Amino acid sequence: MDAIVMNEASGNFAREVEALSHANLSRCWHCLTCSGGCPFAEDMEYLPNAVIRMIQFGLKEKVLKSNTIWLCVGCNTCSMECPNSIDMAAIMDALRQMALREHSEIAEPGILSFHQAVINSIRRHGRTHKLEIMMKYKFSEKDLFSDMNLGLKMLAKRKLDLLPSKVKDRKSITSLFKFSGGAS
Amino acid sequence: MSLAGSNLSYFPGCSLATTAKENNASLNSFLNHFDIRISEINDWNCCGSSSTHSVDKRLALSLASRNLFLAPENMAMLIACPGCYLRLSQAKMELNASKEKQTAYETLFGKPFQKDIQLLHFFELLVTMKDQGLLKGLGGKLKGLKIAPYYGCMLARPPKMNKEKNHYGLMEKTMASLGGESVRWPFLSTCCGTFLSVSRPEISEKLVNRIMQGAIRSGAECIVTACAMCHLNLEIRARPENRIPVFHFSELLSLALQKNGSKEWFKRHLINPEALMEKRGLV
Repeated sequence: MDAIVMNEASGNFAREVEALSHANLSRCWHCLTCSGGCPFAEDMEYLPNAVIRMIQFGLKEKVLKSNTIWLCVGCNTCSMECPNSIDMAAIMDALRQMALREHSEIAEPGILSFHQAVINSIRRHGRTHKLEIMMKYKFSEKDLFSDMNLGLKMLAKRKLDLLPSKVKDRKSITSLFKFSGGAS
Repeated sequence: MSLAGSNLSYFPGCSLATTAKENNASLNSFLNHFDIRISEINDWNCCGSSSTHSVDKRLALSLASRNLFLAPENMAMLIACPGCYLRLSQAKMELNASKEKQTAYETLFGKPFQKDIQLLHFFELLVTMKDQGLLKGLGGKLKGLKIAPYYGCMLARPPKMNKEKNHYGLMEKTMASLGGESVRWPFLSTCCGTFLSVSRPEISEKLVNRIMQGAIRSGAECIVTACAMCHLNLEIRARPENRIPVFHFSELLSLALQKNGSKEWFKRHLINPEALMEKRGLV
């Protein structure tokens, strides 16, 4: 592993993450409870507690480019068990938003496309339309066939509606998106 | 407050309005039996779901807030989906913590924020129903049914909410009072993978099959979940050898009351529970 060079600016990353997430990173004593309980840990490049240590070392690029921040679904299992009540899900939210803002390389572009498909569906209807989200996501990933049988089965069982459930006052949704800055 | 004859406002959320209509219908039927009246919040919108808070915090707050502002005054709001409950509760907390945000949304929506609005998790309502003795005398209808109660991450919450009541054990207790037998098993609070089921299905599949197999090995013949997202994931990602029926909690509750119309709910399941229901005399 490369040597980690720390300088006066190394603490900036931690301060930024703390400001965005309102989590106190210094409370982590690396007991690994979060990482031990995380259902996604085995697929992550860095374990959740390692991410905290890396933030403290100022390893911004590595953290923002890692798949860990995208595989975290925010299930809060870690925070429930953390003896120091560190809000790990909020830290991951903050890291994803920093990665987007700073145009970092996205380790899991498919997961980001999915989130965008969901947000676009909400923008259009005020609610999520699962069939539309699935179709748009599959198109964006150029992967039309992997879940085709499943999709047809869900349609047959009427699990997927052809038409969306909609908010009537669509203007209010448009202005809500405008008010919120229209990010992503 | 006596629950019978009471009125609650109701936030179903996107899943219950679409993919999990059977969850919605059975919940309605269950509450109707006890004369607990719920009225859907007029023109509600998506709570923001995982996707919005994952990548756009401000939009997440806006979407959840619109629903809080649409809620009728002086009425507790029942939220059927645990995901929506968390999103709306967090928005309520965020607005209460910042006068500035509160004022900004009050201006946007043109009305005052109800800072004490009561958000009611379905589990919270059920506990009150039990306390008031409403669930007494229903015993026996699920007799012999071996159930793996599955909470997934629905009861996990961020540290800011860690003073809230912990409801682990509620499904076991309720099922027991209806005659069902809950198995003890290791995966009751393992997350199902939520949206990774679409974008990284192999991860979700791994988790789901671990969960389903865990239930089977513990002697369960079905799983019960109170989250529509979990229900969908367990059904769509289970491999053939691990496919045991998955019920919505509300379906089993309604089934215990022997409600009509329930056949329609089970037709919508991707894992057909009818053989099991016949075996246990539930049809």
